[in-house]
Amino acid sequence: MIFNEEFETLPREALEALQLKRLQQVAGRVYHNVGFYKKAFDEAGVTPEDIRTLDDIKRLPFTTKKDLRDNYPFGLFTVPMSNIVRLHASSGTTGKPTVVGYTQRDIVTWSGLMARSLVAAGLTKNDIIHNAYGYGLFTGGLGVHYGVERLGASVIPMSGGSTKKQIMILQDFGPTAICCTPSYALYLAECGEGMGVDMRSLRLRVGIFGAEPWSENMRQEIEDRLGITALDIYGLSEVMGPGIAIECAEGRDGLHVFEDHFIVETINPETGENVPDGEEGELVFTSLTKEAFPLIRYRTKDISRLMKEPCRCGRTHARMARISGRSDDMLIIRGVNVFPSQIESVLLGIEGLEPHYELIVDRDGTLDTLEIRVEMSGDIFSDEIKSLQKIEKRITKDIKDYLGVTAKVKLVGSQTLKRFEGKAQRVIDRRII
Amino acid sequence: MKVEQISVFLENKPGGLEHVTRVLADADINIRALSLADTSDFGILRLIVNDIDLAEKALKGEGLTIKRSHVVAVEIPDRSGGMLSISKVLTENNINVEYAYAFVEKSGENAIIIFRFNDIDAGIAALIKNGFTVLSGEKVYRL
Repeated sequence: MIFNEEFETLPREALEALQLKRLQQVAGRVYHNVGFYKKAFDEAGVTPEDIRTLDDIKRLPFTTKKDLRDNYPFGLFTVPMSNIVRLHASSGTTGKPTVVGYTQRDIVTWSGLMARSLVAAGLTKNDIIHNAYGYGLFTGGLGVHYGVERLGASVIPMSGGSTKKQIMILQDFGPTAICCTPSYALYLAECGEGMGVDMRSLRLRVGIFGAEPWSENMRQEIEDRLGITALDIYGLSEVMGPGIAIECAEGRDGLHVFEDHFIVETINPETGENVPDGEEGELVFTSLTKEAFPLIRYRTKDISRLMKEPCRCGRTHARMARISGRSDDMLIIRGVNVFPSQIESVLLGIEGLEPHYELIVDRDGTLDTLEIRVEMSGDIFSDEIKSLQKIEKRITKDIKDYLGVTAKVKLVGSQTLKRFEGKAQRVIDRRII
Repeated sequence: MKVEQISVFLENKPGGLEHVTRVLADADINIRALSLADTSDFGILRLIVNDIDLAEKALKGEGLTIKRSHVVAVEIPDRSGGMLSISKVLTENNINVEYAYAFVEKSGENAIIIFRFNDIDAGIAALIKNGFTVLSGEKVYRL
């Protein structure tokens, strides 16, 4: 099934003509409304009028997370706050989050794209959707929620946590689909099985999973344990939120990027040069239709490759392969984006701590774990156990407060962690996904 | 009337204690008393030694994290009820014990208890007032 047959199956020639027209419009709009873009375009020696073919997008400058940070919180909005109806935020690389805004029409566009995603996953207005993405500043919860309502299906706004209650609702409300992170899906399966619930006999038939990297092996395991079809969804709040790309139930070979609303490119993260379709590179998105917060050539740091061959589902939009990694050091821990630099700034905010630390990311059963090893220093060491435990608790609390993840803090001997002359390698990721 | 103690941070893993004690042995340090406190992650080795300056230098030289702090050494006859008599005084004077460890003197007649109080001066004053023998640092280091 296809939600918006006309636009999702546009012949590529017509699709590209539409993209060009929209690119010219959005480039003009940001150039004339946002000081940052005017300066960036001028420095790159390009004006909106220089865009005559789609290929000319390569002349436009990239936008990075740093640019968003430098213009925190609302500096890149193209409309006055009176036109903004919603704000969301995601992790920044330091203490401050990245803020995104939406106009009324942006919410309509986003809901429509999310509805397309649900239909691509095989859902209709007759489905009941258990939404276990977090509600709040994170775009996952509300993004899915509005899409379900737009489709006319029923949404159960569960948000995250309260796993036992979630299992009760899965049994009693009989949802036919579930949206959450893939690791949470496995955790639900594990808890349900532990409670003696036959998780395969629930009414669930489809799962839409995203917000963290996963693999074919995890897909197989989720499908086996929950007795469902598991599909991958992609989105990032800077560009819009969930619903930028989704796997179709028919093809299950790459995620369709809704190209009438976004231009997707892959580049070599070192040189910034575009790489040919089919080759791995960093995903770069340009939003074509967003009013409040359009982005030009936003570098996602996510590594994937693009496929433009026709898909058996009938959609003409390009597909991106499952995300294979990151070109920066961002970690995704239980669906939460975490940059080592954020942890470092929390540690440095605690008096007496030295910036010698190591992050161990692992998976305990189905859930990600984060251990922060912090070197003991003469300034904080005490002969009393309770003062050291107080420091551990303080670090745990600050990390939870600032980053929203629960970490286990372990004090280690001074000068026992590796020292680095070049780029520090402070992360040990033991997860096999 | 205070005794100086040196504490060493230990990770909870095999070899940690051996490392510290080897450093002390190589520096010819004699340990008078010790206690090892532990949690699931780390331990604190508290030591009273014959030469604290030398011990500090040797341990720091090995990159170990140490802290010098003051504790109180009380001598009591080694018989039933000895410890009770001290704790009674501490309760009456509202002194909180953070930790304590004990050893018996070579002669075997007296026990020595090392205390860390929340208020060290108030603790010493209360003990002396009630007739307890609070030992000087010099005496303990030379035991």
